[in-house]
Amino acid sequence: FLLLQPAVSVGNVGQLAIDLVISTLDMTKVGYFYTDCLVPMVGNNPYATAEENSMELSINAEVYSLPSKKLVVLQIRSPFIKNKYRPFCETLLSWVKSSKCARVVLLSSSHAYQRDDEQLLGTPLRYLLTPDLEKAVGGRMKELNWKEMEKVAAYPGISNTDKVLHIPGGGITKLLFTESCSEGIQMAVLLKFCSEGDNIPDAFVLVNYLNEWLQLIKSEVSTSNNSTDPSSQWKIPSSWRLLFGNGLPPALF
Amino acid sequence: MATFFGEVVVAPSRAGLDEEEEAREETPEDREIRREIEKKRYRREIDVLWSRAEEPLVCSRFIVAIGRNAAAFLSSFILDSVCWEVVGVVKLWNEWCRTSSTTNVLPTDSFCLFYRLIADPTVLLCQCSCYVAEDQQFQWLEKVFGSMQKKGLQVTILSTCPVADYKTQESTLTLVSPFLKALKTKEFQEQVCCPLLEQPNIVRDLPAA
Repeated sequence: FLLLQPAVSVGNVGQLAIDLVISTLDMTKVGYFYTDCLVPMVGNNPYATAEENSMELSINAEVYSLPSKKLVVLQIRSPFIKNKYRPFCETLLSWVKSSKCARVVLLSSSHAYQRDDEQLLGTPLRYLLTPDLEKAVGGRMKELNWKEMEKVAAYPGISNTDKVLHIPGGGITKLLFTESCSEGIQMAVLLKFCSEGDNIPDAFVLVNYLNEWLQLIKSEVSTSNNSTDPSSQWKIPSSWRLLFGNGLPPALF
Repeated sequence: MATFFGEVVVAPSRAGLDEEEEAREETPEDREIRREIEKKRYRREIDVLWSRAEEPLVCSRFIVAIGRNAAAFLSSFILDSVCWEVVGVVKLWNEWCRTSSTTNVLPTDSFCLFYRLIADPTVLLCQCSCYVAEDQQFQWLEKVFGSMQKKGLQVTILSTCPVADYKTQESTLTLVSPFLKALKTKEFQEQVCCPLLEQPNIVRDLPAA
């Protein structure tokens, strides 16, 4: 099966995109991670569509599945506790191996303000593949005309130094990716350059990017202007209400 | 993030802190620093001290009050020295508060005490008015629940949140407060005395743990 998960990263774009996937595909919760690496939180069902299904408790790290597409999704809902990045990554990767997961796709984001001059032009979307996955799907990425995440100089300003992978604001992305490379895990990272703010549009862009490759939903051709606009096919979960505060007090006016 | 003066500042991000430092190779200084941090981390251990250290406490009902308001509620309406006895205390330290192992506390102190109903010793109550830091919450959970022998255990958690944090369509100014909301697990079959907490509201920290 394919494991799809977010990194807790700038703008929470990965997590928002995962919310869209779970909500649109109406995935079933099959389990959760009992972990001390994430800040605890609990609430009622964030994907509730009616009174009847709104009462299921939901916590910070839950696993959903869609057997028809051999898809398993992990959603992470709270920040990492200090010093717990590595333990979480290790536990996650050992679960990936023991559960015979075929490949992992990580949705993430990186600070837009850290882009260099070249990165400011063109698409803000990037991908990364571990060597094991490169062999399998590297060709497909070329067909899709996707851009690989550039490596940067280890010491900016000084030329001819080693180039390293740098994902500022990416949370566990770099750690998980480098660990997967060395453990022979097939992992792809899909990320978008963005800033904090209203990241809902960023989430849509990222999830459409994912869809170009995995084809999780069909992008219908719109008859009016003959272009494909898959954004309308994604279902926004009910928990996205009131992301920016409550209603205004009438006394204000 | 660029400010309007043209400088670049690192804005606080919902992604949390970047732990890129961990990827570097360790120098001897790094190792020394890490040792010092480990020592400091040891101070963040939680100790749960029970008055009867030999047997684990058998518990069928556990009521936990987290935060000063909830703790005060229990002090005012439930607890008294006739029906309840102190059976345990949590000793912890973090940047916000320190608790001690004394059981003689003032309402303004930070403390975390366990009481048992004398008439039915399987009913336990916890008043936790101290702040339990993020990295200690899991530990608190494991140590407290780990030392109990659960017998059809029912847990009730009392906590408070500021009304300003409540997310609703109307403004919170027009809401009649205080008001009660609840979250319950599937296994809780009894009637809940108040409406359930609607999305997108959530609970975090120790009550969530």
